[in-house]
Amino acid sequence: MGRLSVSLCGIELDNPVIPASGTFGYGCEFAELYDINCLGTFSFKGTTREARFGNPTPRIAEAYAGMLNAVGLQNPGVDAVIAEELPRLAQVFHKPVIANVSGFSVEEYVEVCRKLDAQPQVGWLEVNISCPNVHGGGMSFGTDPNAAAEVVRAVKAVTTKPVIVKLSPNVTDIVSVAKACEDSGADAISLINTVMAMRIDLKTRRPVLANVTGGLSGPAVFPLALRMVWQVSKAVKIPVVGLGGVSSAEDVIEMMLAGASAVQVGAANLRNPYACREIIENFPAVMDRYGIENIKDIIGGAHG
Amino acid sequence: MKQGIFTVTGNSPLNARYARLALSGDTSGISAPGQFVELSLPGFFLRRPFSVCDWDSSSLTLVYESVGKGTRALRELPAGTRLDLLTGLGKGFDLSRAGAEPLLIGGGSGVSPMLGLARRLLESGARPRIILGFNTRDELILLEDFHALGLSPTVTTADGSFGIRGFVTEAMSVPHSFFYTCGPEAMMRAVAEKSPVSGQLSFDARMGCGFGACMGCARMTVNGPKRVCRDGPVFDKEEIVWAD
Repeated sequence: MGRLSVSLCGIELDNPVIPASGTFGYGCEFAELYDINCLGTFSFKGTTREARFGNPTPRIAEAYAGMLNAVGLQNPGVDAVIAEELPRLAQVFHKPVIANVSGFSVEEYVEVCRKLDAQPQVGWLEVNISCPNVHGGGMSFGTDPNAAAEVVRAVKAVTTKPVIVKLSPNVTDIVSVAKACEDSGADAISLINTVMAMRIDLKTRRPVLANVTGGLSGPAVFPLALRMVWQVSKAVKIPVVGLGGVSSAEDVIEMMLAGASAVQVGAANLRNPYACREIIENFPAVMDRYGIENIKDIIGGAHG
Repeated sequence: MKQGIFTVTGNSPLNARYARLALSGDTSGISAPGQFVELSLPGFFLRRPFSVCDWDSSSLTLVYESVGKGTRALRELPAGTRLDLLTGLGKGFDLSRAGAEPLLIGGGSGVSPMLGLARRLLESGARPRIILGFNTRDELILLEDFHALGLSPTVTTADGSFGIRGFVTEAMSVPHSFFYTCGPEAMMRAVAEKSPVSGQLSFDARMGCGFGACMGCARMTVNGPKRVCRDGPVFDKEEIVWAD
């Protein structure tokens, strides 16, 4: 075990750096660029029961220090992921992967989680109850503690692997949602998903995104995400995975000081495809600069 | 795909609408005309995708239109500025399908990749014919560059101020073995419908990453959803599903 290693729900990670779902596909595009085995792990593209095209385009917009997306969970469906994406991934990635799951009903979450739980490559299930870009699913589960609890209980009943529940920041009381997930058996919490946002085109005087609203990510949301990681990690005993605007080794350390046991990197991968590798490479020097011997020692360190 | 640092060697307007950016650097990532680059602009989060106009082993040129804040900022970059680029992105035009007399049809900023394509078709022994469409005489670009290749493009302008009055389809009644086109979607659709033969079309899209990760630029095709950035930007005529 190196000085970068951390543990997430009993599984050792070589380092705490994890590309976030929706910014890393099913891994293969990045495996062409660098050896993705340098990562702690990664969370693959949000997967649903059926194949989805997602929302109409345009579904990307820019913001100061960030971006908006309204992709709307485009994915080939869980059966194609198991038949095609996971075998392809097995050629290039030799660590347990995080399977990110989305749904429009409790039954859909259950079915997709059950299928992915049975895949040996899958180390964790990340249940996304926080997608702001789909209607009648996703975030509607993550903004109501009771609905969140129902999804978690149902998924836990059919799975054996650790269940990470990915939370939405688009709530007034993130702690109550996190606690409801913990009480229902969640093994970890990841936060934050994107922040609901929009842009308007001055020429057309219409929303830039065909979906009208989208999710804001990138450095612009980092302080907001950090605050929520701080609040949630103070309130729950299960591990917290921090994400939202993380772009550097310093950001990873800050998230861990706030209470994150591991950290996901999202939008930074889209701006710089080598972002995660660079963060990992920079890590030892940055740890030295701040006098950190082993990274796991600083988790929650700012809580005093 | 290759990431590299490029140096601006020229950045000057071609007319009131379009400008040409010349960059020097390692272009070994580029394998086909019609591929694009993603350029990182200081102060902007997302990279900007641009079709490659032409390139050699150590330089490339882009033609761009200042349509928003990013491309307006691009106009201000002086020679000597160093820029971070991803090069060799996407699937370019397939030269092997050209046949003896391919027809190249560019409209507006879509004229840009036709130059690099024409050069390579000539090198491969094909005899390309070129049709270039613009709104008006003042927006003409790259005509002298095609002349320098020994080609005489047919020019159409919507207002009749130069060449043939009307759209590019007015000039398409020439025999051709295959077509390659880039321009506004309405133009490309009219081209695809008018041409009796097969062809390839290069699409524009609002992109997030440009290399296939974010799924921002998906487009429905007869073979299911495809990423314009990675599975395109060049698609075969037979694959296209046109929006109604």
